[in-house]
Amino acid sequence: MKLAYWMYAGPAHIGTLRVASSFKNVHAIMHAPLGDDYFNVMRSMLERERDFTPVTASIVDRHVLARGSQEKVVENIQRKDKEESPDLILLTPTCTSSILQEDLQNFVNRASNESSSDVLLADVNHYRVNELQAADRTLEQIVRFYIEKAKKDESLTTIKTEKPSANIIGMFTLGFHNQHDCKELKRLLSDLGITVNEIIPEGGFVTQLKNLPKAWFNIVPYREVGLMTASYLEKEHNMPYTSITPMGIVDTSSFIREISSICHKVYEAGSLTNLPTLDVEVRDKMKDLKILNKKDVESFIDQQTTFVSQAAWFSRSIDCQNLTGKKTVVFGDATHAACMTKILVREMGINVVCAGTYCKHDADWFREQVSGFCDQVLITDDHSQIGDIISQIEPAAIFGTQMERHVGKRLDIPCGVISAPVHIQNFPLGFRPFLGYEGTNQISDLVYNSFGLGMEDHLLEIFNGHDNKEVITRSYSSENELQWNKEASAELSRVPGFVRAKVKRNTEKYARDQKTPIITLEVMYAAKEAVAA
Amino acid sequence: SSNETSTAAPYSGQFECETGNYHTFCPISCVSWLYQKIEDSFFLVIGTKTCGYFLQNALGVMIFAEPRYAMAELEESDISAQLNDYKELKRLCLQIKQDRNPSVIVWIGTCTTEIIKMDLEGMAPTLEAEIGIPIVVARANGLDYAFTQGEDTVLAAMAQKCPAREGRLKNINLPIARSAIRADETLKSARTSVEDQATKTVTSNSSNSINADPPISNKQLKELVLFGSLPTTIANQLQLELKRQGINVSGWLPSARYSDLPALGENVYVCGINPFLSRTATSLMRRRKCKLISAPFPIGPDGTRAWVEKICNVFGIVPTGLEEREKTIWTNLTESINFIKGKSVFFMGDNLLEISLARFLIRCGMVVYEIGIPYMDKRFQAGELALLEKTCIKMKVPFPRIVEKPDNYYQIQRIKELKPDLVITGMAHANPLEARGITTKWSVEFTFAQIHGFTNTKDLLELVSRPLRRNKNLENHDSL
Repeated sequence: MKLAYWMYAGPAHIGTLRVASSFKNVHAIMHAPLGDDYFNVMRSMLERERDFTPVTASIVDRHVLARGSQEKVVENIQRKDKEESPDLILLTPTCTSSILQEDLQNFVNRASNESSSDVLLADVNHYRVNELQAADRTLEQIVRFYIEKAKKDESLTTIKTEKPSANIIGMFTLGFHNQHDCKELKRLLSDLGITVNEIIPEGGFVTQLKNLPKAWFNIVPYREVGLMTASYLEKEHNMPYTSITPMGIVDTSSFIREISSICHKVYEAGSLTNLPTLDVEVRDKMKDLKILNKKDVESFIDQQTTFVSQAAWFSRSIDCQNLTGKKTVVFGDATHAACMTKILVREMGINVVCAGTYCKHDADWFREQVSGFCDQVLITDDHSQIGDIISQIEPAAIFGTQMERHVGKRLDIPCGVISAPVHIQNFPLGFRPFLGYEGTNQISDLVYNSFGLGMEDHLLEIFNGHDNKEVITRSYSSENELQWNKEASAELSRVPGFVRAKVKRNTEKYARDQKTPIITLEVMYAAKEAVAA
Repeated sequence: SSNETSTAAPYSGQFECETGNYHTFCPISCVSWLYQKIEDSFFLVIGTKTCGYFLQNALGVMIFAEPRYAMAELEESDISAQLNDYKELKRLCLQIKQDRNPSVIVWIGTCTTEIIKMDLEGMAPTLEAEIGIPIVVARANGLDYAFTQGEDTVLAAMAQKCPAREGRLKNINLPIARSAIRADETLKSARTSVEDQATKTVTSNSSNSINADPPISNKQLKELVLFGSLPTTIANQLQLELKRQGINVSGWLPSARYSDLPALGENVYVCGINPFLSRTATSLMRRRKCKLISAPFPIGPDGTRAWVEKICNVFGIVPTGLEEREKTIWTNLTESINFIKGKSVFFMGDNLLEISLARFLIRCGMVVYEIGIPYMDKRFQAGELALLEKTCIKMKVPFPRIVEKPDNYYQIQRIKELKPDLVITGMAHANPLEARGITTKWSVEFTFAQIHGFTNTKDLLELVSRPLRRNKNLENHDSL
């Protein structure tokens, strides 16, 4: 047993549900007790989804406990099949079903005989993997299933697109700024003359998965989800992939150089990878494509770095000069924490004292990425450990998750949120990518604002704060002779701060009208009723 | 006993039961308000990451405020019994004792502890003796209960921990001393008949006591304990309401501090303030021999009046000024009520407040199409159901149908057909329904907002009418 107050990554089934509900027309059925469907709340509230979340529960209750699920799961699958005819129904185990050890695969087999939808059992173990690992796994499982299915009925498209193209793997629901990142990536690719073949899972149809091999290569922007799928496609279909996250100027450049070199390889090996034609004319035309031309690629990078992104100029400006050597702590998922550490150190000259991640399963990669960029590496999923380190280091700013933001609040240290887990405010309506060239602008703003505010607060403290402080605390009712008895005062102190003054004024006004010199609880409540009209 | 189940439903409307495929919060969510209410408590939820993640997400910012609750997160070795449960729990509880030093630790059993049959009730007394802190065990799991019923399981367990009130009237002087001012005169004349009355009163474990509390002619000879967790402000308001009638509340279950739990016993009358407390009521009646006053719940001025009246009735007091008080509240709210009058409501059901809220809204002139509810205890809610029926007749509206264990999918089909003006629903459905042009109100807010008593009627109406007013405001700006 472990005493826990907070967790960075959720339970396995959340990862599975995030992948399932990102696809279009896929329905997930959880084998779970009442109340475990709070995933629907998260999705509907955080993402402000307009559609019903395609997740229902096959409820495990006392009867199921006594007799097993029996027909219940099968009936629920078949019912959903009739009601919504999804392409795929994904039966999702939870911690409860892990212990019950019912033969869910058997239910799936029986249900799939009777339903027009495909039916799959998500292959995740609650006690072995967390949300992110489960998401990675489920995505691979679904892709594998549909690729193999297509192979069997010979509908698999193995012929490459005529122009360079890519699949983007790992954009999904409740991901940190994923929608914005996706848009930015698409723009970057289109600037480079690369078409986007499929984006999975967000917004994709499982029926389209058979088209995945059409792309020249795969892009996995986040380490947490998509690598398993990409390596499956590499192994089975000889598709190269890049796992460089185009976050920050330096890494965006390396990302572009890498995809350029991948495209070049695919182009050179055209005959081997089913390129549609060896026609001399077409190949000649292709030669002019920006992405296949090293010089063009370099000038594109140069152009974007100088004019589209303001981050390089920001690094040279005196604003950023003032940030030189400031202490920070970075914490988050492996992708964002590693990228952010590199950006702060390499691109802004800030001192990252400690960089950490809660992705314990990916610790080696993380260490390798940040080595040389920070004094200390922290691999933990215990938030109090991070809190302690932050309070020891006393950095000028923190870049972390919502949890670190709250640690910062308590310690009076500003925090920029760079990674999930997040609040609704991290699902902004405006365009806020972290990837690509626009992403570099957003990150510069985030970094500068965090430090800027810290500086401002510091100055305010030195110069004795805002001069309106006194006005806020001055009592408006000091001259009146009304008396509050003990209970009423206690009651007043229970009224939330932001309305207390108003309640006090209203009550005193009422008491004066009623000519009551002493304010009791009764007077207070009567006053509330009187103003109700 | 057999006569308990025989009580007929005091409601002639339609009762239905669907599949139970509905969205609601897990009952462990009760820790969020109970740890705040019981200031010296610590809640330990013994469950998995799934439970923890729910609490973390459902409770939002509360989690950052160093709450007095935590997860005892079960790992694979706990499930496969490689580790000794007792030793593990002892280790965690000692840590809690060292870090927080609470007056009570409440263990919340979850689905997992049910399935692996972890004997929490068995372990608690031994561990309690060993570490010197009382341990209350509540099985608030999703296998058996929905949302607010979590509080019910905790209070039912806590009722066992309340000190005993002497069976006869030895200690009667104490509470009287507190409330003696008004009761003084009556007391003198009544004292002689007290003993007789006590024996005549219907015994606590018979169902008859629910509906047929015999009036007692003397004030404050019987103690009154109210059960249900309310913010202190609201508790004070209700207490004051009874004080106006000369009734002194001698205690609350739960109290603000664990050490202040009320004494219970044969001469103690108990009355619930929330409709989801049926286990607590049963526990108080059967195990603590208290006498239950079955009344509608003090939600809305109509409910509050009926609640006070019922208690007065049991205490043999003719209530004074109640009718005018109710009337004033209604009059003050004429404008708000006119705004919602005639509009239709659909309760999808998730927190068991539905019957009381529907009854209040019908009294406000709304039309209720359907009352979805997770669980319907017709006995415990008898007073409320009777008032619902009476209200329907008074307002000349058809009886709404009550759907227990609803099926959200079917409900959404019905909502699409009926097109109600307002759907009161959980957060999973609110945004999607709004996107389909159906106005919604999150039901969870009714659980956390202050809705009890006369004083809070405006807040309650505000909750109901806000989405409708918002729509009206947006309509006005349509031309933009």
